[in-house]
Amino acid sequence: MVRSLTRTAALIGRARREYAGQVEQVGTVGLWLLIGLLLVVGVVYARQYLVTGIIVGSIIALGALGITLIYGILKFGHFAHGDMMMFGAYVALGAFVGGGSIGPLSFGWGMILAIFVSMTALGAGSIAIDRLVYRPLRQRGSSAVVLAIASLGVAIVLRAVMLLWWGPDQQLYVSGIHPAKDFPFDIKLKPDQIFIVATAFLLMTLVYLLLFRTKMGKAMRAMSDNADLARVTGIDTEQVVMWTWIIGGALAAVAGILLGIQSNMKPELGFTLLLPLFAGAVLGGLGSPQGAFVGAMIVGISQEVFVGIDLPFPPFGVPGYKPAVAFGILILILLVRPRGLFGKT
Amino acid sequence: MARDRLVPLLAVAVITFGIVGITANDSESLNGFISYLTVFITTVAIFAVFALGLNVQWGYTGIFNFGIVAFFMVGAYTSALVTKSPSSSEFVRYVGGLDLAEGLGPLNLEGLTGFVLGALAAAVVSGIVAFLVAIPALRLREDYLAIATIGIAEVFRRIAIEEEGLVNGTRGLTGIPRPLHDLVSPPDYKYIYLAIAVVVLVIIFVAIERAARSPWGRVLKAIREDELATAASGKNIFAFRMQAFVLGAMIMGIGGAVYSANQGSIVPDTFSHFFGTFIIWAMLMVGGSGSNRGAIVGAYVVWGFWTIAGLIQPHVPQVAEALRLDSIRSDLPQELEARTPYVRDLLIGLLIVVVLLLRPNGLVGEERRVSLFAGREDEREAPQVRAPATGSAEE
Repeated sequence: MVRSLTRTAALIGRARREYAGQVEQVGTVGLWLLIGLLLVVGVVYARQYLVTGIIVGSIIALGALGITLIYGILKFGHFAHGDMMMFGAYVALGAFVGGGSIGPLSFGWGMILAIFVSMTALGAGSIAIDRLVYRPLRQRGSSAVVLAIASLGVAIVLRAVMLLWWGPDQQLYVSGIHPAKDFPFDIKLKPDQIFIVATAFLLMTLVYLLLFRTKMGKAMRAMSDNADLARVTGIDTEQVVMWTWIIGGALAAVAGILLGIQSNMKPELGFTLLLPLFAGAVLGGLGSPQGAFVGAMIVGISQEVFVGIDLPFPPFGVPGYKPAVAFGILILILLVRPRGLFGKT
Repeated sequence: MARDRLVPLLAVAVITFGIVGITANDSESLNGFISYLTVFITTVAIFAVFALGLNVQWGYTGIFNFGIVAFFMVGAYTSALVTKSPSSSEFVRYVGGLDLAEGLGPLNLEGLTGFVLGALAAAVVSGIVAFLVAIPALRLREDYLAIATIGIAEVFRRIAIEEEGLVNGTRGLTGIPRPLHDLVSPPDYKYIYLAIAVVVLVIIFVAIERAARSPWGRVLKAIREDELATAASGKNIFAFRMQAFVLGAMIMGIGGAVYSANQGSIVPDTFSHFFGTFIIWAMLMVGGSGSNRGAIVGAYVVWGFWTIAGLIQPHVPQVAEALRLDSIRSDLPQELEARTPYVRDLLIGLLIVVVLLLRPNGLVGEERRVSLFAGREDEREAPQVRAPATGSAEE
């Protein structure tokens, strides 16, 4: 049986190698068609879910952006990212003192302050973790897999600290009912949700400007393309690494907080978040910031729209299958276009 | 050399001393003491099976699987479904129910045949799942497989919960047949099961040790150390990696079968990332990746450490009182005290990081010489085989 399995595996491998070019061309066209179909179906049949998908997608995008930046610069999959997001949400919960509410939002300036506190804490914390764990491994010349396993250890530690300090039960920033308002095209939205999308887009614009309009951004992109070449041209790579952690950590903090505003927070959630985060980053192409945004949006929208369309077979109409949708996207992209929509070969 | 042997021996001795000492102190009778230790060793044996499976994947071949719990779960459910009899109530719905434990007539052998067939079925189904996951993910960068395995673990848990007719949803399966159950009275069954778990562990250990010492095993290590060079010497990298991944998953499936028969009942929440994946990684890292003995020592030391940390919880107030730390303790919020068990989770995470940083080869470390024929005399000159933890920078 082992031999026949091996033979099948080798056969599949050979077929994939021979037809790699065609598979990728056809697959890419097919992927974009599928994405178009998803949007059309969403607009026509599941508008409310499409909008929810955009909200969820913008939260995932902030996390996926961090993952893709860390991957580009440090060349390893950061498996503590989901737990970092949750940690950011909890730090903000600790720093959140209430403080009335701004306009129709359910929270006030206290939350804005808490967001900044959490961003600072996570940015600084990420640097500290890098100095303690990842940098020594990097200097020893450890491979990417070793760094990834170290990040699993970091994830377990972060999760345990959350469990110890804030307990295992789910928590909210502001309890109570916040009614949704009616918008054109039969869409209902809470003011908080508009805040989520606005904050996410603002931050992504800032990261875009930083990457493409500043010297540090240029250095980051150079290092992502070729670390050795960047080093010989005089770029201080350790400083680039530091900025990568600051941006990744701060974005993760905000992503976690926005997720807490949209639904709730729970320490267990962190590791599970990795699936949509990585699905988004891989779909866009690991290492590509624009890709992470597009990929995360598609993952977020698909997760919601698939749940919104009520067909009699899974995963349609079953909220529990949201992770399965993200998983399906991941497997599909790995099969037809592993470098992602915007990734380089 | 002597020091290399001393450290793992010392660790095992400390853990044994802790376990035996505390349980002896806590148990009210000799019987209670022995039965506690029996359950402890059985759990270690089951965890060791998972650690051995992971060692085939990570230790030998450098494939990393963050969704061990997926194969654990598939194995546990598969063996339960083939050994159980079909459901007799409309409120308990599950597929299968082949009744292999009791439906074979003279071949039943007190349920032993069913158990073996259940474990084999678990291995086959886990292997098929691994094969299907590996097709898209194994050829690409290592991280992709890790993400795919996390994904498959999450999806399987969801399917078990959502598809109520499949494995009875969140209520789970109960009354999973236990082999040789009718031979002894229920309180004594744990001794029988200890023997079963240890026999399974030994069989798997011997099989992997042989495989690792074969040319096949050396190709796996070669792939781990230098994929390009191995490919250049004519080995089909993908096929070998696939074999190692599938074999490891099959072992994990068997572990799941042994687990479910021991527990007698399983629910989807049994299969958490923490106990199904994280702690097994800690076991292999602590024991030493690339060493089968290390995997077993790691399972013993980590589970022992976990158990001791749990056992001393009730004694913490006494100790604090003795050390006059009571005033500090009473200043802490009440709910924090209820959460002290999570300190153990924290230590498991720290263990992984600290081992990677300070002792990448783990307690036991990898053997240098794995061929039965290679000369003993060149052993001293032979360059140290690098364990994956110190692996070279991939460019």
